Amino acid sequence: MQNSKNSNVIGGTKKRVTDALSMVVLIIVFLAYMFPFIMVVINSLKEKRDIIKSPFSWLFTIKGLSFDNFVKAFTQMDFPRAIQNSLFITILATVFVTLLAAMLAYYIVRHNNGVSKVTFAAMVASMIIPFQAIMIPLVSIYGGTLNVLNHRVTLIFMHVGFSMAMSVFLFHGFIKGNVPIAIEEAAYIDGCTNVQTFFQIVFPLLKPIISTIVILNSMAFWNDYLLPSLVLTDKNLFTLPLSTYSFYGTYSADYGTIMAGLLLCIIPILVLYVALQKQIIGGVVSGAVK
Amino acid sequence: MRGKNGGKDFLVFALPGLFCFVAVVIVPFIYGVYLTLTDWDGVSQDKNFVGLQNFAAVIRDKQFWSSLLLTFKYVIFVVIIVNVLAFGIAYLLTRGMKGQNFFRAGFFTPNLIGGIVLGYIWQFVFSRVFVSVGEVTGWGLFEVSWLSKPNMAFAALVLVSVWQLSGYMILIYVAGFMGLSDDVMEAASIDGASGFVKLKNMIIPLMMSSITICLFLTLSRAFMVYDVNLSLTAGAPYGTTEMAAMHVYEKAFTSRQFGVGQAEALILFIIVAIISGAQVYFTKRQEVDA
Repeated sequence: MQNSKNSNVIGGTKKRVTDALSMVVLIIVFLAYMFPFIMVVINSLKEKRDIIKSPFSWLFTIKGLSFDNFVKAFTQMDFPRAIQNSLFITILATVFVTLLAAMLAYYIVRHNNGVSKVTFAAMVASMIIPFQAIMIPLVSIYGGTLNVLNHRVTLIFMHVGFSMAMSVFLFHGFIKGNVPIAIEEAAYIDGCTNVQTFFQIVFPLLKPIISTIVILNSMAFWNDYLLPSLVLTDKNLFTLPLSTYSFYGTYSADYGTIMAGLLLCIIPILVLYVALQKQIIGGVVSGAVK
Repeated sequence: MRGKNGGKDFLVFALPGLFCFVAVVIVPFIYGVYLTLTDWDGVSQDKNFVGLQNFAAVIRDKQFWSSLLLTFKYVIFVVIIVNVLAFGIAYLLTRGMKGQNFFRAGFFTPNLIGGIVLGYIWQFVFSRVFVSVGEVTGWGLFEVSWLSKPNMAFAALVLVSVWQLSGYMILIYVAGFMGLSDDVMEAASIDGASGFVKLKNMIIPLMMSSITICLFLTLSRAFMVYDVNLSLTAGAPYGTTEMAAMHVYEKAFTSRQFGVGQAEALILFIIVAIISGAQVYFTKRQEVDA
């Protein structure tokens, strides 16, 4: 013990120097990471000619500083409607997949029968199938035979289906390890039905994993572009990524407006991130590590 | 859950979730295999059975193979750079300095934002900001927009993907570093292990489970890159940055060759499955307990 203390004292200056050095490296790398965002913020407030003159000119050195870009982007993107569509789809899909996956996983854990085994194996195996390997037949089936594309409900249904396997997998692991069967037996003795037991006893115990699943899924649904682009072609139904895409196609030369539009897309997520940073980071890590 | 009324339990708990999963993942996947054997164009009423002709067409589709080759090149660059960078940053972040959480949260920000928005932000950075740097400094590197030259556009795509993915991997590596026991590291130092020896013989073996996860995540994400590819370069200039996933999309939905497109999607899926399966198998074998 004495020894290691001594070496700490001797190594003190060296450690301080390397610490300072790594701090400098970190700050430089960090600024490089933030650089694109800084550019977006600065240029969203400038007029086009000032942007072309120099994207670096600071706000106080130019005259044309204004929020016009935001007003224009807000109306041209039909921002309120896109946000509404995104919220509607993300919230409903997240609620449904959380609920249905929890129930399915609970069934699988408590019923050790053939159906459970086959279902679970199929789900785990399906997790390696990339979306691109399914998208063509998906469009064929739902667009051709069933003809149900261009409905928000269809998109919600598909989001739920695609995220089911991963969600069941996470719930399955958690229920197996953390939900003691003794509690349920006590509930049955008190006269609870299976459904009552699940909703009143089991589901509340799942809180930690529910927060992980809600965060992972809602982020994926909110940002998804490819699936919504295949399902929704009616402009009135566009989610935020879709309307960003079509907005960019129309205004790509109008830099200030574009920057303002992109910033509008980022701000809601950023606000949520600042508020829920701990939960989001915790959720992402535990989702990946399992 | 009591096993008496197993049938009713199945209907209430398992069926809704299972139905979504089967309808969205399993049925299209199987139907997709059938599609590869037909000459369907996505619109017409009749589908003719053509046997393995589509696979013969895939073999002749030079563009597919060049996009696949490009994807391989891209994956190798992205996987290596992302993991080395994220590992290094995570190492610096866990040396007990101030502001660790702030940096970690900052690095993760690009992951919260959809690939479409990120691609557009960088398009502005490459075509306006960097070019303006080139004008001011006279540096040849930035004189012309990277996105207009094939090799540089590829580099741009790698750069943006690294920027997007590394924050996520930093989170996982940070969690791994925090799990390393101080005692073991200290014991190694007392035994006189130098920094490099410690890294090679202690840290990397003990971090192997984090490395397995990160390699798997970067591999599967990089292989399936689409959003950023679409919004940053859209394959331009002259289709030189068209990755495999984008090629599959174009084949099916633009050229209207659903059968060939789906055959290519399946081939891509099998390649990704084999590679990531092999990766998990080999890196898992390297995992050790402290």
